Amino acid sequence: MNLATFIQHFLNSLTLGSLYALIAIGYTMVYGILRLINFAHSEIFMLGAYLVFWGITLFHLPWPLAIVASIILVAGMGIMVDRIAYRPLRDAPRISALISAIGVSFFLQNVAIVFFQAIPREVYRPEWLENPIIFHGVRVLPLTLFVPVLSLLLMLGLVYVVYHTKAGLGMRAISKDIETSYLMGVSVNQVIALTFGIGSALAAASGIMWALRYPQLQPIMGTIPGFKAFIAAVFGGIGSIQGAVIGGLTLGFIEIMTVAFFPDLAGYRDAFAFILLIAILLVKPTGLLGVKMEDKV
Amino acid sequence: MLEVSDLHVYYGGIHALKGISLEAARGQIVTLIGANGAGKSSTLRAISGLIKNKKGTITYKGQDITAMDPVEVVKSGIVMSPEGRRIFPHLSVEENLYLGAYSRSDKDGIERDKEWVFDLFPRLRERKNQKGGTLSGGEQQMLAVARALMSAPDVIMLDEPSLGLAPLLVNDVFKIIGLINEEQGKTVVLVEQNAFAALKIAHYAYVLETGSIVLQGTGEELINDKRIIEAYLGG
Repeated sequence: MNLATFIQHFLNSLTLGSLYALIAIGYTMVYGILRLINFAHSEIFMLGAYLVFWGITLFHLPWPLAIVASIILVAGMGIMVDRIAYRPLRDAPRISALISAIGVSFFLQNVAIVFFQAIPREVYRPEWLENPIIFHGVRVLPLTLFVPVLSLLLMLGLVYVVYHTKAGLGMRAISKDIETSYLMGVSVNQVIALTFGIGSALAAASGIMWALRYPQLQPIMGTIPGFKAFIAAVFGGIGSIQGAVIGGLTLGFIEIMTVAFFPDLAGYRDAFAFILLIAILLVKPTGLLGVKMEDKV
Repeated sequence: MLEVSDLHVYYGGIHALKGISLEAARGQIVTLIGANGAGKSSTLRAISGLIKNKKGTITYKGQDITAMDPVEVVKSGIVMSPEGRRIFPHLSVEENLYLGAYSRSDKDGIERDKEWVFDLFPRLRERKNQKGGTLSGGEQQMLAVARALMSAPDVIMLDEPSLGLAPLLVNDVFKIIGLINEEQGKTVVLVEQNAFAALKIAHYAYVLETGSIVLQGTGEELINDKRIIEAYLGG
């Protein structure tokens, strides 16, 4: 393998890893606060992708507008999912909310089948995204460069919200102790809604970029990336945003690099993530950056 | 100012509070004493809005606050500092204080109050960038009280503030409570196991036993009451 090919693989890993990371952040934020695995998250990812292309083909929206509209709509949907399916179960045993999450996931998938039909659809890409950039023998699609940069910007925005705003302070407090946060006057339900909104917006952004990168839409397109991103979140330490980013990138690199160096293993591509999951659960169940979650100090 | 009448609380099938009635007048320190499980904490939790399953009425400044959620209660001017301090160990001292002011939006007022609690607890100023979890038990208790004060309350309810502290620090805590009451005119509702110290600073006291008030009077009266001495003061 020459250097140019390696750089190509490196950039591809970075792209795939960033997409996983963006989804993983949503899983980890919701888990950090509610100790709930939001299985509907992979459907949020899928809806984000569909809505953009719906906006473009059906309403003839220009690209940027379609993207913004999709992200806003999907963020709203994420908030609705919490309001309808999780909030009424806040005081119920955790397993009830988990079952509700699985239900919402199936529900949204089937709604998508009804609205968008089950046949895979090809994504039309603007022309300037189709022409590879060639630089010193390195051939990459423009998206391979855009995705990591855009993802980084989104993550920086997230860090700002979480560490430098009042709502972010509320999120960090709630993730440790909901009851005391409530006693101190934190509007817990509002902060949780915001968490779902932000997580869903990031998943939508990831879904849109995913659809441009792998230009095909289908109602089950969120399932595998969703599972992998969940594994990324567990690997990095569920509840930790930094962990989700590290986990997502790790997974992206493992997937692309293993196939690059051992082409014979290409067929097992999807299995790597699950091997990683089993390995981390055996060695360090709390994940790389995870700490044992305590309900009370 | 704060009035609780005929308060009942149920946990599942357990009747935890059986008709509690009490009153805290403006600027007073009122203490609830009694054994474990007598219902002291439940009373505070019901007032603060954490317990929804309750009967009876709670009025504050003439307003019925029985059905309010904790955020509304804090906004109305009553704050509770929970048992076990429950500071946020992963947030800095300063962030813990800002969290206490979460329900407020007057930036200048918040900064002013922060300086004021730093004056009240100089140790917290020294450690303002340290994570809450790295503080000693006594400092954490100071932080818990300071955090509650940051909501600019008229009534501050403290659940077992001296629990688990060394005797010297217990004195400090009670000194601070007196200070908050005298200098700031805050009404204090104090739940304590340390009955003697609580009665000494309280204007009025209620003795709880298995969910009911069995005795009440001024702190001075109760401290000399034979039944109290036998039951709580180890006479």
